[in-house]
Amino acid sequence: MTRELTCIVCPMGCGLKVELDNDKIVSVSGNTCPRGKQYAINECTDPQRTVTTTMRCDGGVVSVKTDHTISKDKIFECMTIINSYFAPLPIHIGDVIIKDIFGANIVATQNKEAAWTIN
Amino acid sequence: MTDLVIIGGGPAGMSAALAAYESGIRDILILERDAALGGILQQCIHNGFGLHKFGQELTGPEYAWKYEKRVHELGIPYKLNTMVLDITYNKVITATNAEDGMFEIKAKAIILAMGCRERPKGALNIAGTRPAGIYSAGTAQKLVNIEGYMPGKNVVILGSGDIGLIMARRMTLEGAKVQAVCELMPYSGGLARNIEQCLNDFNIPLKLSHTVIEIHGKERLSGVTIAKVDDRRKPIMSTAEYIPCDTLLLSVGLIPENELSKSADIELSSVTGGAVVDQDRQTSVSGIFACGNVLHVHDLVDFVSDEAEIAGKCAAEYINGEKCSNISVNLKTDGRIRYTVPQRITQKKDITVYFRVSDVFRNVRINIKNGDKTVFSKKKNKVAPGEMESIQLKAELLDGVSELNLELEEV
Repeated sequence: MTRELTCIVCPMGCGLKVELDNDKIVSVSGNTCPRGKQYAINECTDPQRTVTTTMRCDGGVVSVKTDHTISKDKIFECMTIINSYFAPLPIHIGDVIIKDIFGANIVATQNKEAAWTIN
Repeated sequence: MTDLVIIGGGPAGMSAALAAYESGIRDILILERDAALGGILQQCIHNGFGLHKFGQELTGPEYAWKYEKRVHELGIPYKLNTMVLDITYNKVITATNAEDGMFEIKAKAIILAMGCRERPKGALNIAGTRPAGIYSAGTAQKLVNIEGYMPGKNVVILGSGDIGLIMARRMTLEGAKVQAVCELMPYSGGLARNIEQCLNDFNIPLKLSHTVIEIHGKERLSGVTIAKVDDRRKPIMSTAEYIPCDTLLLSVGLIPENELSKSADIELSSVTGGAVVDQDRQTSVSGIFACGNVLHVHDLVDFVSDEAEIAGKCAAEYINGEKCSNISVNLKTDGRIRYTVPQRITQKKDITVYFRVSDVFRNVRINIKNGDKTVFSKKKNKVAPGEMESIQLKAELLDGVSELNLELEEV
């Protein structure tokens, strides 16, 4: 069986072809870098995504992300957990807000000193 | 008198300021309309920025912070909440803010970095009522990501530009149901990766060659009628389909924001909507430079930063009296290549020429011609309107030439 994928690792969006034999990966083609090959392998075994979203905080929201990719089928559970939290201020880029959800930490991607400022 | 005034504190403005500083200019002032530096990146909380510049996948605010941090470290002055009202040909800037009131600054050089804005619904001519619940995709993005409000629960998106695709995922993650993304053209204007990770991941249908033909609802949007379009982009009425929804997001293109450029009598391109510039990103007005989305709409912020570095460095050369011109070559295009930036070359050196194409083409050659003679040719497997392309133009091709033509050849 052949699976055709679009690589999401970078904006080039290479068209990937994965040859599969009963869920076993035989070969990957169409990638222009090693990360593309790894993406194709993950996509056919355990698809992974980075989740980027916001978390409530005093006076609004602050942007956050998973510091690693998590399994694609855990995205909505991850969202539910993030939306049940309230981020403390001040907060800075890289601050860990929640530890170890599905193997990733939730970190801030924005600086927010007080309720009325973005940075 | 200020050496360099930069209008706009987004990725282009900050990058230009840092490049000018590194070229020895110290008397710099950035004027920013918003309450923070960073521009539109502050609301682009998704990742994918910075792969070219930093080899990292950053979110928008993280990418902006890389530059803002440097601005703070170097102590480059900026004014927030400051609206520039007017620029003149001889580089007098009129601006206003709550602290200083209305004020004038005379600059030796100006860099325009005002970015772009979204094409509004008024430009679209959709029949029907005008209820609440219709937003540009970027407005919805600001509501969700900055203000923390959801603009609706049941969404149709018109236009498959990147912001529309990103918002399809964003609304879905926050619990909305995105019914469909309709795209008038037979191809998407967005990046392939965004179709994959924003639509396919969530089983959101992308309806190519479809458009919204009617808006329904009295106070709040109650639904839209969509239809397939023929190859002349006319709706085929027999395919009309009613979709109940409370929100319509429009992602139908970006327009460089050039009101200030017009007031300074800067020559604008009818294709890009931005200024006509030379290789240094200098406009038709000597000492006024432009970079970023105010010059032409970019696909990646990394290229905005690159372009702004050119503008910043060359504005510094202008201020120091080092900018020289020794040739005059106009770059023309064949229509299939819609435009180039720069549009003209005034100095003999190796130059990266950026361009966009008018349609999706496969197996093409990009040819540069001097009259009938092809002086440069490069093969591309695929080009698409959503993606900015570039070629390297060698200095020796500019010898004794007044015009070069860029042509797209299908092979």
